Amino acid sequence: MANFTIKAADFSHYFGANQTLKKINLDVYQNEILGIIGPAGSGKSTFLRSLNRLNDLIPGSRVEGTLTIDGQDIYDPEMSLVELRRKLGMVFATPTPLPRSIYENVAFGPKMAGLHNKTKLHELVTDCLNKTTLLEEVKDRLDTSALKLSGGQQQRLCVARILALKPEFILLDEPCSGLDPLSTMKIEESLRQLKKDYTIILVTNNTKQAARVADRTAFFLNGELIEIGQTEKLFTTPADQRTNDYISGRFG
Amino acid sequence: MYINPKLEQKVVQSILWLFTLITIFILFFIIFYILRKGLPVLNYAFLTTNPLDMGKSGGIYSTIIGTIALTIGALLVATPLGVGTAIYLNEYTRESKMTKVIRFGSECLAGIPSIIFGLFGFILFVTKLKMGWSILSGSLTMAFMLLPTIIRTSEEALKSVPYNYREVSYSLGGTRWQTVTKVVFPSALPGILTGIILSIGRSVGETAATIFTAGSALRMPTSIFSSSRTMAVHFYILAREGISMPNAYGTAAVLIITILFINIISYRMMHQYIKKYS
Repeated sequence: MANFTIKAADFSHYFGANQTLKKINLDVYQNEILGIIGPAGSGKSTFLRSLNRLNDLIPGSRVEGTLTIDGQDIYDPEMSLVELRRKLGMVFATPTPLPRSIYENVAFGPKMAGLHNKTKLHELVTDCLNKTTLLEEVKDRLDTSALKLSGGQQQRLCVARILALKPEFILLDEPCSGLDPLSTMKIEESLRQLKKDYTIILVTNNTKQAARVADRTAFFLNGELIEIGQTEKLFTTPADQRTNDYISGRFG
Repeated sequence: MYINPKLEQKVVQSILWLFTLITIFILFFIIFYILRKGLPVLNYAFLTTNPLDMGKSGGIYSTIIGTIALTIGALLVATPLGVGTAIYLNEYTRESKMTKVIRFGSECLAGIPSIIFGLFGFILFVTKLKMGWSILSGSLTMAFMLLPTIIRTSEEALKSVPYNYREVSYSLGGTRWQTVTKVVFPSALPGILTGIILSIGRSVGETAATIFTAGSALRMPTSIFSSSRTMAVHFYILAREGISMPNAYGTAAVLIITILFINIISYRMMHQYIKKYS
């Protein structure tokens, strides 16, 4: 496997005059789960959305510094957004199945990329559903609407949907914020499994979730990266007082 | 001055109730009156034979065909233009002075009286472009009249598609075109269709714009270059020239039934659409 990594060097992001990320320096290692924690408005989601350039859709969005993926500048004007976004599969905070069947939701990405061979598609779809342990639950009703699934199932469908893109990275933006503990547990279990093949960045409001699944954790506050390190170390002996305050629940 | 709140409530309620009653009464009176006068004339032969003797006798077959041809022609032009404009405004540009101007222009278009459209169509298509009184001239003129409705309803339909559908599509590596055609457009389709069906009703009932542009020939049209009389124009001429009041009411009955039918369909579709997406 090639050496895929994400590297942020003095990376800043602005919405209009408002600076939402301040000179972030951060590396993402291959096949790790990097947890990003921080209070609301700390810039953690903005950072995630800078990676696949979804922020570009919002007027007034602008960046400084560099952000590279596999050594390529993400903000290079030559960069193909379609390829970039296929490399970085993203799962949103609220489950967002499209109003189509379960099967069509997973097949959506590959079809847009030009895969139309029915047997290959079917194999890919079932394989991806299997990886998120959803296949068992839905194999008899792949052609029913994805909107009829429960919230947790919908979220695992969204994970399966990005696996079908064969991404290198999986970006999760508070994927469990609306889910019950059991569904959350299932998602976390899938993440541990997926780590073998993918590099995962998990933005979460739930510090305990980061403690449970992340190998390394980064703490964002007001657009700044306060601290990054091994999850165990960050949660037991944080270097910065603010990190300590946050994880012990004194604010946020 | 003190008014007993209970009395006030009662008075206001009765007045509003009366207003509503009057509105509904007028609507039902018109429908009832037209149908009572028109239904006796209606039969299979009336619908399937051509008008004879200026419409004094015979049926209205050629005017039905004329109406259908003109409406289809108008929709063939107005639908791609209108839906395309709506997609451009909603999906391809950000809000700007330009989009405001375009939207304002289309709203203004909606406010222009149909007789002005008729005159414009007559000057541009019939005389300047030498299309003569024809279904083609009529369709093109009608298309301009329908554009604002189609743009407006399509825009509303596109706006009601949740923003995150677009985000999901982009995040899955979709291009803008794929996002529009595979995600946004299918979700907006029922709403867009509602607008198109409403336009059909408008086109079927229009007189002023078509009499100037499609003319009033009673012959069965043979091509889009033939002049043709629509049902609404036929009714107008029969009634105004006093040719045959029974046949006029018969035509009006067919018109009103068609338009009611179209409205019921579009209402149903709108209803289902709202149920599905909210």
